[in-house]
Amino acid sequence: MTDLRYTPLRERHEALGASFTDFGGWNMPVRYTSDLAEHHAVRQAAGLFDISHMAEFIVEGPDAGAFLDFALAGRISTMAFGKAKYSLVLAETGGIIDDVIVYHLDEGWFLVIANAGNRDAVAAAFAERREEWSSSRGVAIEDVTDSYSLIAVQGPVARQIVEATAGLGGLERPLADVSYYAATRGEFTGEQVLIARTGYTGEDGYELLVPNGAAVALWDALLAAGEPLGLVPAGLAARDTLRLEAGMPLYGHELSLDIVPAQAGLGRVVAVDKDDFVGRSALAAVVAPDAPVLVGLVADGKRAGRAGYAVLDGSDAATAATVGAITSGALSPTLGHPIAMAFVSPHVAATGTELFIDVRGTRIPATVTDLPFYRRTK
Amino acid sequence: MTDLNALKYTEEHEWVAFDASSGIATIGITDYAAEKLGDVVYVDLPAAGAALAAGDVCGEIESTKSVGELYAPLSGEVVEANEGIVDDPSLVNADAFEAWLIKVRVDGADLDGLLDRAAYVALTGGEA
Repeated sequence: MTDLRYTPLRERHEALGASFTDFGGWNMPVRYTSDLAEHHAVRQAAGLFDISHMAEFIVEGPDAGAFLDFALAGRISTMAFGKAKYSLVLAETGGIIDDVIVYHLDEGWFLVIANAGNRDAVAAAFAERREEWSSSRGVAIEDVTDSYSLIAVQGPVARQIVEATAGLGGLERPLADVSYYAATRGEFTGEQVLIARTGYTGEDGYELLVPNGAAVALWDALLAAGEPLGLVPAGLAARDTLRLEAGMPLYGHELSLDIVPAQAGLGRVVAVDKDDFVGRSALAAVVAPDAPVLVGLVADGKRAGRAGYAVLDGSDAATAATVGAITSGALSPTLGHPIAMAFVSPHVAATGTELFIDVRGTRIPATVTDLPFYRRTK
Repeated sequence: MTDLNALKYTEEHEWVAFDASSGIATIGITDYAAEKLGDVVYVDLPAAGAALAAGDVCGEIESTKSVGELYAPLSGEVVEANEGIVDDPSLVNADAFEAWLIKVRVDGADLDGLLDRAAYVALTGGEA
């Protein structure tokens, strides 16, 4: 058991009275005061998240784009400068090693942000794929996780906050010209900062990547700019309920080595028409017709199904069959009723199907629903 | 302000205020438990009249993140469940020692199995 790591913002979190939790080997703030209040702040104003535990890889060189076409599920080489793309690191089996976001900032220069808990697996996959790839000399891969911090500002007033942040300037493009899933570079007190309009909350917002040495000052500057607008620091508990409402998968819950993208509704992420890529041959095979698929479930009342709870096709213990299992579930803070994501048999996956969740012995009626549960109004 | 030294505690993070004259114990969860759970969003309590055996699970306390079980600290009969907490579970987070959950008419008055304040604080590593 290795010691838990802390981000450069540890002292800020402690001073704010955060509770910490182990997440992917990092001791991260789970909440500062109230996870519900933090959740609502992000939906109504904005929340400030330390997500410096995320792993960052720089992939560069004349063949970097072509290499990522081989190493990832999506078509990366044709991405325009300043764009971001959600993608997957697939195993040869077609299972999912990690889900990542790729940023294309310059000719032959890509940033890949991976999950903290999968940092080693992604690093190993990249190294292995570089070795087996034909023109490996044209690409260099560097794990820069230990050098950079990542801070997210998420919520309807996120842009106002970032624009009002003291010391943040020199943007290549004004934020008004940076669309969703795009990024621009700027400067913060002399250090280069990447400002990406991406996030994991279902709200508009930005993720700011800075060298570790500038992280505390950037956190303070964002908080100072945002507090008059309702910005509050928010922890992983709020981040989890926010992403669940937004129908966004969490690796280890909705995604794993045992799940192929189509099962998780991510078939569109795989560019099946491109040249060879890792996982292609497995995905070309027909997915078993009875392979479980990811659905949303909604229920009435307050008792939420949780990860691991069984999903059944009836309420009668004698006749009901288990047709699936929940991967994430909570009482939705925004909607006020229980929501869950679950893998269920395809024959009960149609929207509107009435199912039951076994909540510690009680069968709670639940209805299959389209994801996401929550969609922001533009 | 509740006198925390006057309360008894369990290893399951309940507090117990025992009134010897009536033989009734008032039971809640500690601020430590509330803090660990996060925002409480649902509370399921036993109904008045229910018979409890010490150590049994008699209710559930759910937060946005997790589910906690309420263990009966003592054996007895539930005389009242706090419907105010069922209606507004956030009161548990607001003040865990004011937010009693159930009142139990205790069989006998054997409190020996419960912890005093010092033992409970030691159990929680001084965080309580």
